[in-house]
Parts: sequence; C-alpha cells; structure tokens
Amino acid sequence: MIEPALADPVFGPAPEQTADDPELVQLLTPEGERVHHPAFDLDFSPDQLRGFYRDMTLVRRVDIEATALQRHGELGLWAQLLGQEAAQIGAGRALRPQDFVFPTYREHGVAWCRGVDPVRLLSLFRGVDQGSWDPAEHNFGLYTIVIGAQTLHATGYAMGVQRDGAVGTGDPERDTAVVAHFGDGASSQGDVNEAFVFAASYNAPVVFFCQNNQWAISEPFERQSRIPLYRRAHGFGFPGIRVDGNDVLATYSVMQTALQRARDGQGPTFVEAYTYRMGAHTTTDDPTRYRLSDDVENWKLKDPIARVEVYLRRNGMADDNFVAEVAAEADALGERMRRECHALPDPDPRDIFTLVHSEQTAELAAQQATFDAHVASFDGEEVPV
Amino acid sequence: MTTMTLAKALNNGLRRAMEDDEKVLVMGEDVGTLGGVFRITDGLQKDFGDDRVIDTPLAESGIVGTAVGLAMRGYRPVVEIQFDGFVYPAYDQIVCQVAKLHYRSGGRIKMPMVIRIPFGGGIGAVEHHSESPEAQFVHTPGLKVVACSNPADAYGMIQQAIRSDDPVIFLEPKRLYYSVKGEVDETAVPAPLWQSRVVRPGTDATLVAYGPTVSTCLDAATVAAEEGRSIEVIDLRTLSPLDLVPVLESVRRTGRLVVVHEAHMTLGMGAEIAARVTEECFHSLESPVLRVGGYDTPYPPARIEESYLPDLDRVLDAVDRTFGF
Repeated sequence: MIEPALADPVFGPAPEQTADDPELVQLLTPEGERVHHPAFDLDFSPDQLRGFYRDMTLVRRVDIEATALQRHGELGLWAQLLGQEAAQIGAGRALRPQDFVFPTYREHGVAWCRGVDPVRLLSLFRGVDQGSWDPAEHNFGLYTIVIGAQTLHATGYAMGVQRDGAVGTGDPERDTAVVAHFGDGASSQGDVNEAFVFAASYNAPVVFFCQNNQWAISEPFERQSRIPLYRRAHGFGFPGIRVDGNDVLATYSVMQTALQRARDGQGPTFVEAYTYRMGAHTTTDDPTRYRLSDDVENWKLKDPIARVEVYLRRNGMADDNFVAEVAAEADALGERMRRECHALPDPDPRDIFTLVHSEQTAELAAQQATFDAHVASFDGEEVPV
Repeated sequence: MTTMTLAKALNNGLRRAMEDDEKVLVMGEDVGTLGGVFRITDGLQKDFGDDRVIDTPLAESGIVGTAVGLAMRGYRPVVEIQFDGFVYPAYDQIVCQVAKLHYRSGGRIKMPMVIRIPFGGGIGAVEHHSESPEAQFVHTPGLKVVACSNPADAYGMIQQAIRSDDPVIFLEPKRLYYSVKGEVDETAVPAPLWQSRVVRPGTDATLVAYGPTVSTCLDAATVAAEEGRSIEVIDLRTLSPLDLVPVLESVRRTGRLVVVHEAHMTLGMGAEIAARVTEECFHSLESPVLRVGGYDTPYPPARIEESYLPDLDRVLDAVDRTFGF
C-alpha cells in the first residue's frame, strides 16, 4: 500500500495525483466521439484516419504474432505493445524523415512507422542478433534494454543536431527533432533525469515521449511518482503535457506540435502518453500475480483501435469492406512473419570475434584461431553443446 | 623540439586534434572557461568556442551518455572525467553502451569517443581523487585503454586516440602533469598507439609499468645499475589491446619479470601479464613473475599514501627477490 502524500502546515499542500487528470489532451473519446481541444485541434483527412486504423491494426497483429511465436518456442522473449498502439502510431506518424528516434525495446509501432520490417524485430528476440537494422537508414536507433540509457543518447544526438545548424532555419526539410522514448518505470532512473537536465541546459531539440503504461513489470505507477509525470518537466524548466495515449489523434497532434517546437529551436518538451499495458511486461511475466482483472477490463473499454473504427464507420469513412481488407492484410503479414522467422539463419559464431572493434585486435584474432581449432578438432562431427 | 610539461603536451595535442578535425568536441565539467581543474583544456574554449568546448552539468553519466548521441550524429567527443573516482556514475554508460554499440549494431555504429581520466595518486588529495580503475575497463570488451607516461607520448597518443574509430579510455598520470618536463617534437610521426615500448634496455631483469609508475621503474633501474644490475624497463602504453610482444621478447632474455602499478594487486594488470607470460615463456622464466602494486585496500588518506604507493624501495626489493629463486 502506497501512502498518499500529506499536506504540510508549513510547506503547503501536497501535490495532487489523480489518474483522470483534467489536463489530459483528448480528441477522440473511448466511445469514438470527436471532441475538440483549444490548443491541439487538427483537421484529419479520411485517408489519414484510415491510415491510423490500418497502422494500429497491423502493429497489433505484429505483436500478437510475435507473442504466439514466443509461445511456440521460436522467440526467446517478446515485449508486448498490446494497448499502446495509439501512443506509438501517433508519435511515429508525427515524425518527419529527418527526425531521429531513440526507442526502448517495446517501440514496435514506432519501428513500423520508420520502415523497419517487423521480422527485423523478431531476430533480436530470437537471439539471432542484437539489433539488425541500420539506425542511419531508418533514423531509428537500436532497441535499448538498459532502462532509460537511450534518453541521454537522444539528448546528445539533439546537441549534435544543434551543432549541425539543423534547428530553427525554417527549412522544413532540414530542421530536425529527436525523440527519446521511455516508460513510467524509467522515469525514476538517474539517466532520464540527467537527460532532462542536459536537454534543458542546452535547449536541445528533443521530445521526451513517455508511455506511462501504469506498470513497470509488477510495480504500479504510484511507486515511481507521487505527481503526474508530465509535471516533472516544469521542475526541469521545460513544458510537460499529458495526452490520452489511447487516442491516436491526440497523440499525433500533441507530438506534431512538440516536434515542431524542437525543430524551431524552442527546446525540449515532455509528452506523457497516458495508456495501459494490456499484456504482460514480457512473455516471461505473469500480471495476474500483481494486478486486478477489473483494471484490465476497464481499460479494454478505452481500446485505441475500436474507437477509431467506430468513428470511421459512423462518419462514413470506412465500411465492412475496408475493415476486412485491413484484416486480410494483417493475416498476410502474420503469415509472412511466421515464415520468415522460421527461416532466419543462425549467425556465424565467428562473427563475435570480428565485431568488437572497428578492426580486429591481435588478441581476438588469436582467440578466434583457438575457437576454429577447437571446432576443427571434431573433424566434421557435431560440436557438443 | 620544445620542452614542456605533460599537461601542456596534452593541451597542445588536444588543440592540434581540434584544428585537424572540426568534428572533435571537448566536453566535461569545468573544461571551458576554467580550462579544467588541471588546466588541460586551458584556452581551448576561447579559441574554438563553446559549441566545441562544452561545459557540462555535473553528471558523469549524462556527459558520457550525451557523448554517445553526439558520436552517433558524427562527432568525435573527447570527454573529460574530472577525477578517476568520478567515473563510476558513468560506468553503466561506458560498459553497457559505449563499449557495446559497435558490437550490438553489427559494426554499423562507430563510437569514436575518448574518455580522458586523470588517474593515480600522489597529489595529497581527498578520497576518490587518487584511484586507478584501469583493470575494470580493460576487463570490458569493446573498450581500448591507454596510459601515457611522458610529454612526448601524451602529445601524440591523445591525437591518435581521438582519430581512433573505437572508444578509448585515456589515462593520464595526474601527479606527473606538472612535475615532469620533456622534449616534444610536434612535427615527429608518433609511434603506433597500440604498441608498448622498451624505454630502457637491460639484460638481467625486466620491469613492466605504465602511466605514473614508469618513472618509478626508470629510477629503480638507475639505482640497480649502480649495484651492477642491468634492468630493462618497458612502458606498456596500451593496456587494451595489450601488446606483450616486447615483454615476452624481454623475458625470454632476462628470465625475470616484475610488473609495477598503482592499482590494487588482485586481478590487476600484473595478474593478467603474469598469466600470459607464464603461458608464453614458461621455460625462459628463472623466477616467478612478481607484482608490485597498491594493496587491496581502499586508497588511504593522503598523509600515508606514500606507504601505499609502489616506490623505489618496493620495486628494488621485488627485483632482489626475483634473483633469490
């Protein structure tokens, strides 16, 4: 039981903490009703809205498929994004090509928006490699397992963008923003707080995008913070805002504004996407040990995809045919993921000796020769494992 | 040829590297206006601007972590850690990120970062200002670790480390910053960075050292010569990758080896060198490989640090013992 913070007669009132914060930006309610916001309203075209639906449906399929592959023993582990589709697609689609993204290990939806093939995500969790895409090709960094470490990389990258003169020029092709992804658990890490300090100090063009999915494995959000996370930004000297992370329209709109602010040279922004981890932390986790199914049932009513479908259908922007087309596309994607996952070749064990440095050292060459001799000593027999 | 302190040689080397490549950045605590607490970056911000010589917030993980991002953007950050004992807040970034990004990315991400650390004791400092953490970085695959011991090497090695596409932990013997002067030929082609070097030839026993203990060993060799013993002294210069070619060649001639460092003895460089020399020249050894190092205690208060540090007497005593077998 986490005690609520108490008011102090000398120091004043305790900071309030409410889950349903009135300052949550929302443009589409869980019931699929379009609502308006004075600062973040946007006009979305039917194509754009259908695109959001398609993206979210496909990345949910990526997640379901990968989870199934893990259950079949094809992946060692999978970190599920279920429930966080709107936060990730909203944040991903607000990017410009030149922007650079530093993900955690759960940003499968953002990877999708950056053109990283889902099979490339599988190879990491299958144990084939530790990140198979070229960050420079996709402007999408490698998945970072250490919690929060990448927020400093993002801030440093943004400092480089400043030095390249790629902020505040007014050239939409040139001005660049950087996104640091992290979660509510990471908000307690020193690195994340240091990233806030550096970004504020240098006014770096970085957007801190926190998916507050309420759970850091078994620890509830209240264990990490007694105030809504977005309010922490004020203490560091830059704006923070909370958006409905299950609302793709609101997330897109808020991120578009925050990214443009960064590109214009106005510095960092903290965006807290308030969402819920519907699945387990990873496939090794069992959330029934620490949270109530009631909670999950309540969040099912706030599903990010269902509300878009309702809105599209109600306004004549989608029909059964469209929904069936996307479902068929998802089926095909799932089938391809299964096939290509099975076909992923194991890496050559010799690679480990050559990838440590930009050039192999004499010592590693000698260790590789020892390894080769050991393998050769079996003379074609299978090497015992 | 100019005579200068080790501090000045490093300063000139950094300046030269910044002139040669506009992507080279210097960052750290107090490195700008102040020129660093040891003045190694003196004048650089004035000449290169605060975009290239960056005073950072006081957060070592933040310094190294942002340097990772700058390197990914195409810069070559040279990070100053103010004192050896302050590197630990950055340990996670160094070991989990800096060291592994090249490997993790299948070689796609280069990490051309230099992390300068003034190391070792002998300056009468308070706790956390006199440590020798090199073994922890040598033990980490993906890092390269070098230590300079004299002004000429310092000038060349810092530039070579900055040109390296791999991350380099660059150890500077802080007690020698202003206590030694040496000739530096800024036009000379420096020796390859990843090579150790015989700094005094000899025939009877071999002393291996790096950083601050090289001068201790040279003094010991001078004294030993007066007693009729010819001691060869080798400056390792590079601790990772370790270049043992001159060491093995020397031990095959002398049969006796003493390794000297300020770092704690257990699992230090001496332990690794003893193991490798035993593997490679077992039949040439006339005595066990001996180590002279810091004791396995926390670094002591300054008033007694001279009792803790390897000195001339302890080195000569070890040399004597190698002749006792």
